[in-house]
Amino acid sequence: MLYKIWMSVVKEFLLLKRDLGGLIILFVMPLVLVITVTLIQDSTFKTVSDSKIPILLVDNDKGTVSKTVFDNLEKSSLFTVVTQIDNKAVTEDVARENVHKGKYQLAIIIPKDLSTDLQAKVDQNVEKIVSSLGMTDSTASASAKPQRIIKEKEVKLYFDPAVQMSFKNAVMSSIDKMISQIETKSIYTTFQNQLGEGTTDFEQKSFITFKEIIPTINNKEIRPNSVQHNVPAWTLFAIFFIVIPLSINIVKEKSQGTFVRLRTNPVSNLVIIIGKTITYSVICMIQFYMMVAVAVFLFPSIGLPSLNIEGHLFLMSIVALFSGFAAIGFGILLGTIASTQEQSAPFGATSVIILAAIGGIWVPVFAMPSIMQIIAKSSPMNWGLEAFYDVLLRNVSLLEIIPEISLSFLFFILTSAIALFYDQKKRAV
Amino acid sequence: MYSLNNVSLDITEGQIFGLLGPNGAGKTTLISMLCGLIKPTSGHFTIDGLDYQHHSSKIKKIIGVVPQEYALYPTLTARENLLYFGSMYGLKGNDLKDKVIETLDLLGLLKFADKQVQTFSGGMKRRVNLIAGILHNPKVLFLDEPTVGVDVQSKNAIIDYLKVLNQNGTSIIYTSHHLAEAEDFCSNIAIIDQGQIFTKGTPSSLIDSVEDARNLEDVFISLTGKALRDAI
Repeated sequence: MLYKIWMSVVKEFLLLKRDLGGLIILFVMPLVLVITVTLIQDSTFKTVSDSKIPILLVDNDKGTVSKTVFDNLEKSSLFTVVTQIDNKAVTEDVARENVHKGKYQLAIIIPKDLSTDLQAKVDQNVEKIVSSLGMTDSTASASAKPQRIIKEKEVKLYFDPAVQMSFKNAVMSSIDKMISQIETKSIYTTFQNQLGEGTTDFEQKSFITFKEIIPTINNKEIRPNSVQHNVPAWTLFAIFFIVIPLSINIVKEKSQGTFVRLRTNPVSNLVIIIGKTITYSVICMIQFYMMVAVAVFLFPSIGLPSLNIEGHLFLMSIVALFSGFAAIGFGILLGTIASTQEQSAPFGATSVIILAAIGGIWVPVFAMPSIMQIIAKSSPMNWGLEAFYDVLLRNVSLLEIIPEISLSFLFFILTSAIALFYDQKKRAV
Repeated sequence: MYSLNNVSLDITEGQIFGLLGPNGAGKTTLISMLCGLIKPTSGHFTIDGLDYQHHSSKIKKIIGVVPQEYALYPTLTARENLLYFGSMYGLKGNDLKDKVIETLDLLGLLKFADKQVQTFSGGMKRRVNLIAGILHNPKVLFLDEPTVGVDVQSKNAIIDYLKVLNQNGTSIIYTSHHLAEAEDFCSNIAIIDQGQIFTKGTPSSLIDSVEDARNLEDVFISLTGKALRDAI
């Protein structure tokens, strides 16, 4: 039996060696994928980005508030502020048109008299409070003019319709924060003036601040970066893409008659499946080590952080191997059930993308709706991803990843068993 | 409606038994059952005294199967294909390598041993297809139209080699549409149609049994008729 398995493995490697297209899918495409996606996503993880997003600012206020907004936006690492197009000051109509056409992703319209009205409103409120405390002279309060009504002001934001919700929310939140700070500062300053110069000096710095505590391992901070998130995620994605060549391989065996010949030979289908499993496991591991090598050695030379695998490679290899088993089981099942390559290839590709989507490769599971979070737990890619994050970012031991890798292995056993059962049932017809 | 109905055959050791019949007659179904590819819904059969229900792997060791299509890996060489299929019969090491070389040589393919099968002509593929089924010296060899679509030279090479195999003790069960080839090659013949055996016997006894029949084709037409047998 061992010799038959060995010869099956040799045969599978020979078939792969002579399939240039298959080799490109297996080894080159995953590398292109991991490099491309990491490069694109890197900026979202960086605190300082090389490329700034140009945004339009329409200043109808020309006061201190608009100046503060302008200065804060300019200081930010995300934006460059554009106030003129073709040497003409941007109006609201021009800004709206440009944003809707997608030339700019955002326009901020600061309303007329925002600074003066804000100050007037704050003055009114502060005066009211001060007089209620009996701190103004009686003649002044007696001769006080009726207060003018100041309408609420609105800072308008125009977003490119193609802009993602997460970007929109982040921008709105930071502008909201900026405006709040300006309002607070105005209130403090007005109070200070009302209470008399020099008598009170308000501390205007925020009293409550926050600080992210980075987990440390061996006194070294483990700061997640794009590489540590992307390499495991896209490595898993690539490993699962093995489903396509593997299922095609099985369908081909059926269509070219070799499978029928094997069924008349004194060899069980289990031997054939073991042969394929060994071969494709080796391929998974080669894929994995290639991607790790690229992340460790190539990434720093193209401006990306290097993948830190110090002390993690063994456990990472185990996770990759067991995720590979899950992918192989799925590929064997698909290849067994599908009758043609036209069935197996598109179904394989789409199902891998679906498994990746529900597994948290693109959107973190915690950000999914609750029903999807439950479904995500049933994706073999989620088990692999969680195990990779446990190893790389949470520094866990082998014991702690056993549940995830066991699930992957069970998935392999289950799918292979279904494939064997299906084949046997089909044979009995 | 059954593919096969009331089929009863007794093929003795050392025979070259031809199963002849029009398209859709049930020849391939019968061969597939005998090879263990299809389970019969009723009835039973034995090969060398063994039945599939209890001795499936023992039977598979003593039979050889040459399917109608080229059941080979196109991107593997002839040698690689044969080493692989030979190993599946339990052959290994130098015995296997020597057997591959010997049979490739006998069928005139040794100089192409290390060429990929996809570059071979139809006749060459047929010969490799045959070798893949006989490397383990089977007691019983099933051949489903082994000479279809090949040139005369390849056909002769295949038939001559099969005769040698038979002389060395391999019983052969064979289907074909080449009636002249079957008349010359087979020691016994059964004509099958609509899932039933119409007649069986030696080629000469079958010819004698039909009035004015000069050859097997006359017998075949008289039993199965001239109507086309296209079916989906």
